[in-house]
Amino acid sequence: MSKIAKTGNEAMAEAMRQINPDVVAAYPITPATEIAMIFAQFVSDGLVDTEFVAVESEHSAMSATIAASSAGVRAMTVTSSQGLALMYEMLPIASGLRLPIVMPEVNRALSAPINIHCDHSDTMSARDFGWIQIFSENVQEAYDNTIAAIRISEHPDVRIPSMVTTDGFIISHCMEPLEKIDDADVKKFIGEYKPAVSLLNSIDKPITIGAIDLQNYYFEHRRSVEDGMEAAKRIIPQIYDEFAKTFGRKYDLIEKYKSDDAEFIIVALGSTAGTIRAVVDELRAKGVAAGLLKIRVFRPFPNNEIADALKGAKVIAVLDRSDPANTFGGPVFGEIRAALYDLDKRPIIVGYIYGLGGRDCTLDHLRSVYSDIQKIGKTGKIDKICKYLGLRE
Amino acid sequence: MSDELKNWRELPVGDVLEGGTAANFKTGDWRNQKAIWKKDKCIQCMLCWIYCPDSAFIVEDGKVVGINYDFCKGCGICDKVCPPKVDAIEMVPETCELLLK
Repeated sequence: MSKIAKTGNEAMAEAMRQINPDVVAAYPITPATEIAMIFAQFVSDGLVDTEFVAVESEHSAMSATIAASSAGVRAMTVTSSQGLALMYEMLPIASGLRLPIVMPEVNRALSAPINIHCDHSDTMSARDFGWIQIFSENVQEAYDNTIAAIRISEHPDVRIPSMVTTDGFIISHCMEPLEKIDDADVKKFIGEYKPAVSLLNSIDKPITIGAIDLQNYYFEHRRSVEDGMEAAKRIIPQIYDEFAKTFGRKYDLIEKYKSDDAEFIIVALGSTAGTIRAVVDELRAKGVAAGLLKIRVFRPFPNNEIADALKGAKVIAVLDRSDPANTFGGPVFGEIRAALYDLDKRPIIVGYIYGLGGRDCTLDHLRSVYSDIQKIGKTGKIDKICKYLGLRE
Repeated sequence: MSDELKNWRELPVGDVLEGGTAANFKTGDWRNQKAIWKKDKCIQCMLCWIYCPDSAFIVEDGKVVGINYDFCKGCGICDKVCPPKVDAIEMVPETCELLLK
């Protein structure tokens, strides 16, 4: 283990070098370009054994990755935003075929208007394609999650593709200290890839992958994706435990920060969790029972873990960095609200849409949210269930 | 029919089947035109057999002997590749008879 300074993109490329996938097919898109670019340099320098396919679009990137994975090799790609959108047609194919592809993905706004900065509209719009979605708060998590995701996706009970996300520019381009694992230890942790299905290894007894399924079988096959997700919910904490035992850093589906005895909790994903932590400390020093719940794994959705972590709170604010324009708040808000429905005593819950197109989410913004929910806690009155944070209104 | 169908737990994970399952089905029943092979004109160059995207040309002892209409989809590729001077393939509209069947 060595400590170095890396950006999120550099850290993810470094993780990919250590994973040494058999095939990487990628197409450049800001802010994820660097990951593929740095990795392509590793290929040119002979530091990996990877077959790098420089494709002509993200649709082809995901197609080639699916084909390589079906062939029975470890295959990866990277993307962001419009690139992810161009992959949409292929994403449910990867999950439907139960291929353990791992894809670093940098969260960025979707057009229009065109914008290259962070929000979660890209990732959130791909939330129901049967992919595991892991959000990284910082550079270290981006690196660790990428390595852990290989084990998660390739677990024989799971066999579900993963996207490991970082926040565009905020994490992808900012330099932070990174505890890098030694190459040999990564290799040992991820192990040799043993494909469950392999076109290349089925010469003697040929197989068909992705045949047509009509009314009589499609339903059953899609149900099997849910089965992989259910397994993922069980397996992810086990892999993270093993990761902690091996490398010393402990992760889980969710992460609680001073929330056990908190009355006022903000729920968030990604880099904003770090800023919230600072405000929680500030409020705790003033005697306010503030807390944070960070969702690391959004798919599969850890509804029981979330309900358990939030059941003692008085008022909860859920931050969504995407706006589905559905007139009823963001996806994280809606799902967390649903997860709390079965509690005997439900906390009050409000939603905020924030940070679209890379709009800064400052300490002041977060102070105002805690102040809002404390007020709601006192009066019991909510002026609006879903609001905007940091928007000129 | 539902008695014979497997439930989701019994299916192979990930839409994986043994190879060549199309042989178990009649995959040519939706064509709107069909290829007619003319034995008297055919020079046995085998181009139709090579280019057929399915396996519709029946070959016995190295020679084309006919077309298996369970698999011919009427794409017309055999007609295109059959040498013009030979012209042993003719595409004809599918009849109502087949549609009714």
